[in-house]
Amino acid sequence: MTIVTYVLATVVGLAAGFAGVGGMLGVGMSWRLPALLPLGGVSLVLDPLAGVFLAMIGFAAVPASLYALGDPRQARRGRGAYLLFVGAMAVVPLAGNALTFLLAWELMSLASYMLVVHDREAREAIRAAWVYAVMTHAGVVCLIAGMLLLGTWAGSFEVDAWRVAAPGLAAGSRNLVWTLLALGFAVKAGVVPLHVWLPLAHPAAPSHVSALMSGVMIKLGVYGLIRISLDWLGDGPLWWGAVILLAGAVSAMVGVLSAIVDRDLKRVLAFSSIENVGIILIGLGAGVLYHAAGLPALAVIGLTAALYHAVNHTAFKTLLFLGAGAVVHATGTRDMEALGGLIKRMPWTTACFLSGAVAAAALPPLNGFVSEWLTFQALLQNLLIEQPAVNLVFALGIAALALTGGLAVACFVRAFGISFLAVPRSDASAQAHEVPRAPRLAMTMLAVTCLALGLGVTVIVPALARVGTDLVGVVGTLALGDALVLDVSGNFASLSVPVIAVALALAGLGVFGGLVVTGRGRARPYETWSCGRMLQTPRMEYTATAFANPFKRVFDFFYRPVQQIDIAAHPASRLFVQRIDYANPTRSLFDDWLYRPLLAGVNRGVRVVRVLQSGSANLYLTYILLALLVMLVFA
Amino acid sequence: MIGELLAAVLQLVLVGLGAPLLIGIVRTLKARLVGRRGPSPWQPYADLRKLLGKERVVSTTTSWIFAVTPTVLAATMLVSALIVPLVISRPALGFAGNVIVLMYLFLVGAFFLALAGLDAGSAFGGMGSSREVAVAALAEPTIALAVFALAMRAGTINLGGVVERVSADPWLALAPGHLLAFAAFFIVMLAETGRLPVDNPATHLELTMIHEAMVLEYSGPDLAIVEWAAAMKLFLFMSLLANLFFPWGVPTDAGVATLAVGAIVLAAKLTVLAGLLAVMETAMAKLRLFRVPELLAGSFALALLSVTSMFLLR
Repeated sequence: MTIVTYVLATVVGLAAGFAGVGGMLGVGMSWRLPALLPLGGVSLVLDPLAGVFLAMIGFAAVPASLYALGDPRQARRGRGAYLLFVGAMAVVPLAGNALTFLLAWELMSLASYMLVVHDREAREAIRAAWVYAVMTHAGVVCLIAGMLLLGTWAGSFEVDAWRVAAPGLAAGSRNLVWTLLALGFAVKAGVVPLHVWLPLAHPAAPSHVSALMSGVMIKLGVYGLIRISLDWLGDGPLWWGAVILLAGAVSAMVGVLSAIVDRDLKRVLAFSSIENVGIILIGLGAGVLYHAAGLPALAVIGLTAALYHAVNHTAFKTLLFLGAGAVVHATGTRDMEALGGLIKRMPWTTACFLSGAVAAAALPPLNGFVSEWLTFQALLQNLLIEQPAVNLVFALGIAALALTGGLAVACFVRAFGISFLAVPRSDASAQAHEVPRAPRLAMTMLAVTCLALGLGVTVIVPALARVGTDLVGVVGTLALGDALVLDVSGNFASLSVPVIAVALALAGLGVFGGLVVTGRGRARPYETWSCGRMLQTPRMEYTATAFANPFKRVFDFFYRPVQQIDIAAHPASRLFVQRIDYANPTRSLFDDWLYRPLLAGVNRGVRVVRVLQSGSANLYLTYILLALLVMLVFA
Repeated sequence: MIGELLAAVLQLVLVGLGAPLLIGIVRTLKARLVGRRGPSPWQPYADLRKLLGKERVVSTTTSWIFAVTPTVLAATMLVSALIVPLVISRPALGFAGNVIVLMYLFLVGAFFLALAGLDAGSAFGGMGSSREVAVAALAEPTIALAVFALAMRAGTINLGGVVERVSADPWLALAPGHLLAFAAFFIVMLAETGRLPVDNPATHLELTMIHEAMVLEYSGPDLAIVEWAAAMKLFLFMSLLANLFFPWGVPTDAGVATLAVGAIVLAAKLTVLAGLLAVMETAMAKLRLFRVPELLAGSFALALLSVTSMFLLR
């Protein structure tokens, strides 16, 4: 039964993927069942933008389901929720009216909630699911409010009607609707400071689910932001784009800074998802700004960069989560300080994880680099907007993107280097074994996809640029030159990933061949040098915590680390130390300054309201009578 | 076509063979400045030859990452040598990548070198890796903003375009925004190539070093390649500084005569920069590691000033 479910999920994924590619290439479809439900019934519309996201969902669900097939016993619990999760996600981008959208959105959230709480014994998972449920429903409330307002003002709950009616609405009401919907979508996308659920929920779910949550589900928040900023609500003011860009810059930096210091391998990946959503939003924000500033051709570039990075992040983050899942499966731990040495025990997983890490660190010639490069090109052309304040927003975006790129390299050196290289730090890690064939196949597929998405830039960028053109209505200045070159805005910038990849390969072969031909390839194996010590133990290795220390010190205003040293001495003399406990935890800025005061405020408010609830039925009857009277007076 | 091929070969040869000489010149100048006679500028070649002849000892703890890293590192530098305008404004691979690509190609090298540092499982390697990636990460925003400042002036960020734009209007190179960006980029160069005051290329005291700690496990031919790649990185960074910010005399067409002129001009500019580097390294002490971020923040401030001045003066 489990196998049937996951095979079915694979088939659904394939179907959705190909339908999505069709939609991207311009195959439009619309399917309405007005009688099925109240408030307009079910309505599904396939357009190019929906196609991109449908393809992402579909093609990510295939390897994730395949991975689950490798260990059916583990994946047994929650298989129904998984199928519902995949199905609901596939409906979200297709939804053509408010009801369909909200229904699919809520089903997706509920199904993923079930999957987060799949381990009902673990307190951590229960807390994660609780935070997730609260945050996601706060988001849904914003979405419902926004859509109801928009529906009322536009006179219809159909998306098509919104597009027609939006330009006629007052600026104030459009801004209100945008803010409400943007808040709702930002929660799902994990935009800082609404991200607190993400690093809790994603690691708690089983790995094939974390892969989909991080790889795809949060992208639907981005999808919503694209829709409201460029499509449903018509042309917006400059500040929509500026808000998106700055939120993206903050998310990217906060995400990567949090990822650098975390010890939990899956949580590192979850934080890295926040970072990548930030990068996507930097591109999208640039696009929205250009659109509002009357430069639609540049808007297409920003939008293309955002979509491209969304696709790329789906590929490499799904891969990384499946790789982390393989590690957890083999060692039983997610703590990087207990891993190490896996490169000799799980060579296949290691190679796949490394390609994901290289892509996530945005290094050429893999896919993460290409979309980050395109994002840079979108940002660097902002001089065409002649408003210093806007230029400054862009300059901050450029600096944030560059810092994020550098820190992402550090983050993935640490995540890969500590977890996979050198000597195992625990018995579990020393006795690790390679995962079965199905997960290996799933990871290999994704690693190849990462390479293909990087090398195939001249195929993918025009396809995505067409999607942007479909939204903005103008052809972007992205052209293809000779030798697989991508030209941005004429002579502004050009890139040829295949040429760079081939040149790198040739140069590497040349150097390596030179060494081998001259007989310098042979090596004498010996032990690692460490100041003449007698034997090498894992305790001599650099730890994940130590690796992160320079960052903790440089960015201490963000981490606000505290040192706790607890020395237990022998009762006879304090000179005989028996035990030293040392902890150097960081404190979350958002918990301390945002959520704790907020929750305290809510608690105070609730305490005031509780006075009304005395428990006496007579009093309640009086309330009802009063409420009735008030309504009669105002009616 | 033949001229372009010639230019490509010349660039590779200049970077591949000239890089050790540049290191040697800096060392000799530094020695002279403190009153020593110092080794001959050709000494690095002798060092490399010696290392290439030695046995390669590889720790049993390491994996294939450690083995391929020197090759990857050298490959990224050789590819960069065909992108940076050295003797011609549009070199062979200039069309395939711009400054952003260069910045990330250097990061590829840093990524693999840092992994190799962790691979042997010694504390020194990890310490070096951690510091190296920290410094590299903090240098990135400055590079990006300096590039942005250049792009604003030139209307392109393809290196050839920037070079030709400023060549066409030589006084542009002395505009305040331009000079600020140069200063910012110079500091980044010091950090990225492991020079004083960020890292001391002459030290072998484990606790103070960054680059040397990371490559501690390499020996023989592997070490030779790592050192060679480090020299190429310095050469490329200094050439970028020379030709991107002061592109006077960089030829735009590939004839034998113009290429020769280009090479001579480059040599002259590099000598001046090497002198500047030597003076700075002699005059300055190494900063404590945790003061380095302040230096890089300073360079970031310079780059931001440069960008702002260009907003205001456009």
